[in-house]
Amino acid sequence: MSGLKREGDHAHRLEALRGTTPQQPHDARAIAALAANPGCARRALMDGAGVDKDAAARHLGFPAPFGQSPFAITRGNVFEALVKADGCAELLRMLRELLGLTVAEVAYHDVENVGAHLRHAHTRTLIDRAARDGHDAGTLYDHPLLSLEIAGHTAYLEPDVVAFQLGGRFHIVEIKSFAVIDGQADPSAVAAAARQAAVYVLALRTLLEELGHDPLKVSHDVVLVCPENFANRPVASLVDVRRQLAVLRRQLTRMTSLDRLLEELPEDLTFDLRPDEDGRPTRPVAELGDALRRTTARYAPDCLSTCDMCFFCRDEARQEGASDLLGRQVRDELGGVASVTEALGLADGTRDPAEGQEEIARLLRNAERLRGECLA
Amino acid sequence: MSLLTSLARLRALDEGIAQPIATVRHCHLAARPMVFVPLKLSGEAAAPLAAMLGTDRDRPRLLVVTQPRNRDLRFAWAAELAGVLLPYVEGFLHRTETVERRNADPYERAVDAPQIVVPNQAGVGFVRLLGRSMRFRRADGPWPVPESVPLLGRWLTYFGERAAYPGSSLMPAMTEELGRHWASGQSGLEDANLAALLAWITTGPSDDAEDPLIWPPAGPATDPGFDAEVLAPAMESGSPERVTEALRTQLEPTWGLMWQAIDLLAGLEAGAGVASRWEQDRGSFSGMAAHIAEGAPPQPRRDGAVAAAAKLARMERAQAAYDVQRAYDDPLVMAEYRLTGEAFAGEVVDTDPGNTEGEGRSRKLRPIVVIKTDDPVRLAPGASLGTPQRRGQGAELVSAGDGLVTVKITKGMGRGRTAAPGAVPEIGERVCYTSLTDEFQGSPALPDAEATPWTHGGPPQEYVPDDEDAQEEWS
Repeated sequence: MSGLKREGDHAHRLEALRGTTPQQPHDARAIAALAANPGCARRALMDGAGVDKDAAARHLGFPAPFGQSPFAITRGNVFEALVKADGCAELLRMLRELLGLTVAEVAYHDVENVGAHLRHAHTRTLIDRAARDGHDAGTLYDHPLLSLEIAGHTAYLEPDVVAFQLGGRFHIVEIKSFAVIDGQADPSAVAAAARQAAVYVLALRTLLEELGHDPLKVSHDVVLVCPENFANRPVASLVDVRRQLAVLRRQLTRMTSLDRLLEELPEDLTFDLRPDEDGRPTRPVAELGDALRRTTARYAPDCLSTCDMCFFCRDEARQEGASDLLGRQVRDELGGVASVTEALGLADGTRDPAEGQEEIARLLRNAERLRGECLA
Repeated sequence: MSLLTSLARLRALDEGIAQPIATVRHCHLAARPMVFVPLKLSGEAAAPLAAMLGTDRDRPRLLVVTQPRNRDLRFAWAAELAGVLLPYVEGFLHRTETVERRNADPYERAVDAPQIVVPNQAGVGFVRLLGRSMRFRRADGPWPVPESVPLLGRWLTYFGERAAYPGSSLMPAMTEELGRHWASGQSGLEDANLAALLAWITTGPSDDAEDPLIWPPAGPATDPGFDAEVLAPAMESGSPERVTEALRTQLEPTWGLMWQAIDLLAGLEAGAGVASRWEQDRGSFSGMAAHIAEGAPPQPRRDGAVAAAAKLARMERAQAAYDVQRAYDDPLVMAEYRLTGEAFAGEVVDTDPGNTEGEGRSRKLRPIVVIKTDDPVRLAPGASLGTPQRRGQGAELVSAGDGLVTVKITKGMGRGRTAAPGAVPEIGERVCYTSLTDEFQGSPALPDAEATPWTHGGPPQEYVPDDEDAQEEWS
């Protein structure tokens, strides 16, 4: 009973954190990014509560530095349309080659046709039937709507992907518009795609499990479809996402333990933007900033490409003079000396090392002496 | 990154200005570098949008593809680019010197080589892709392109690949070179922004550097806001002049920064090893030119197993040599090894120039030098040592402790009964000894390409140019 009560409290607290701001739905990209910086309590809480981080950052005067070029968006859409044209004819050709299939024909279900509110239920029914039948004919599911439980909330995932099922086995197909040139693609783009696809694999496995099927019917090899070389012609490759799945699972388990983080916060704390009728935030900026600063962020320069809050947290790190600003490598090298002043104090000997800092202090003093000698 | 560099970054952050991490310049700077700032169309792998380039800072050439999805315009751009780059590159082939080699025929080496400077690592990557998209084209056949295009493709491929070779200066990425000489007070990730890094080095950090309206990105990717608000409407207007002027605004600021960065590097005196590494660059460049002149096919899409292994081994040796040379050339780089105990420096407090070992015919001169040092020495007795002060000399560690290190000189002190004048350091001289040595390493024994074992895919197929390659889509 007490467990149930705590869970209710927990959801209630998260709702209070979000306040009157509409909930920001999690997409696969956001869920995948959670795994990028698992130690950040600020991000965990904001995501857990479904706060629109982009809107919050804008309101604070620290808009995120990323945007997408209209040229890139157009190119992405054109490519996806090409792959999916004529009931995914092109996709089928590639799958035949890649998975060594001999199927002459496949059934094609566009789940989108049923209307948004029914899509998830419809996806469930279709997948359930497919898993039950296990017949040998292939089936493609376009626009399926999957769901995943994130910190007590159901996140709906709208993949631009297609789930392909054959002989009772499911493959997630992910369409991306970055090029594969002579068999090689930008490693960071592939890694991001793999993290996203892992979210879909997990969601589909969870669905199968709920329906009483074997979750391992979903393959951990996802099919990545990209343009080949410099043309628009698509090429498919298999990507093993087991590692990404493991990271994601660990991170999601951690998310459900938000209780501990919530307990440390004052009762009345909220990240509410107080949007007016037009959705414009009305909350005083300083007040919102103060509320956010009550939670601990773990800024790292990698945040600059993944998190909407990055400039706000970087500014905070600057004001605190945190060595995090210089990147994880420097931070690791400093062996736990968190502030710039502290490290420099140890280096020039104006500060005595605390217990456990003797070794790093000796190294820093030596480094300082050497720099002084060489630059004199 | 070493603790020494980390400390420099902390100091930079504290003082609000970048700190030097080198006392000499470790890259070659050409007398007439070609600065090349390319831009690509967002979302495409290698669709060129524009480039600003030239060897004269007051007269940059601006080449623009006013409609990037038009294949004809794109090849016209490639031909125009070839019209600037090829004469520059080929201009270095006329003056050569004959190099004698042991166990091999002498060869001709260019006395100077081209240097194409790009803003950042992404720029190098884009050059490689441009090279890849051009080198298989043909001037004849069903999809003819100007003859210069495939040739430029081969050169761009060469420069892009050579940029990955440690110590090479044929295609330096500016942010990387600056980062090797100065530590900023920001992360390595943020150092990839040329405007931001230069601000740290010259005037101190500035938020303007991250504002694309003030400092547009140094490419090859353009600012998404610019794409949406300026470039897309300009392209829709159908006015080539408008597109050209829009792109000029994005390239001109970076153009200025590139020359400012060159001046900064030129302000540092070149390290002793720079000339010999440039000599290797000249040799490599001449080799590539000979390859093309002999009518060899374009570089393959992927290296065969043997070629890849050989390339990797060469790069590993180059990296090791580069690390050692920089340490010998620059006390601040050597300091990193002193910090870890692989090197030490100090004052000579005692010597025994006439010390000998052995008797009779096997009696050998082994001068003894005792050095007082504050460095934490972590070298075992018997370790062989070298010294930047006397490059040809070899020494051996005898004992170390209590801030005193005894070494004996084992080679490079002359053949006489007594050491050659100046071979043994005098009392009071400051010296540095290190276990790092640039010893010659032989290349690994690899089979001929025709004998590639089946475990590595068997002998690679010989490249036969075909029409399919030549007419590969470029959309």
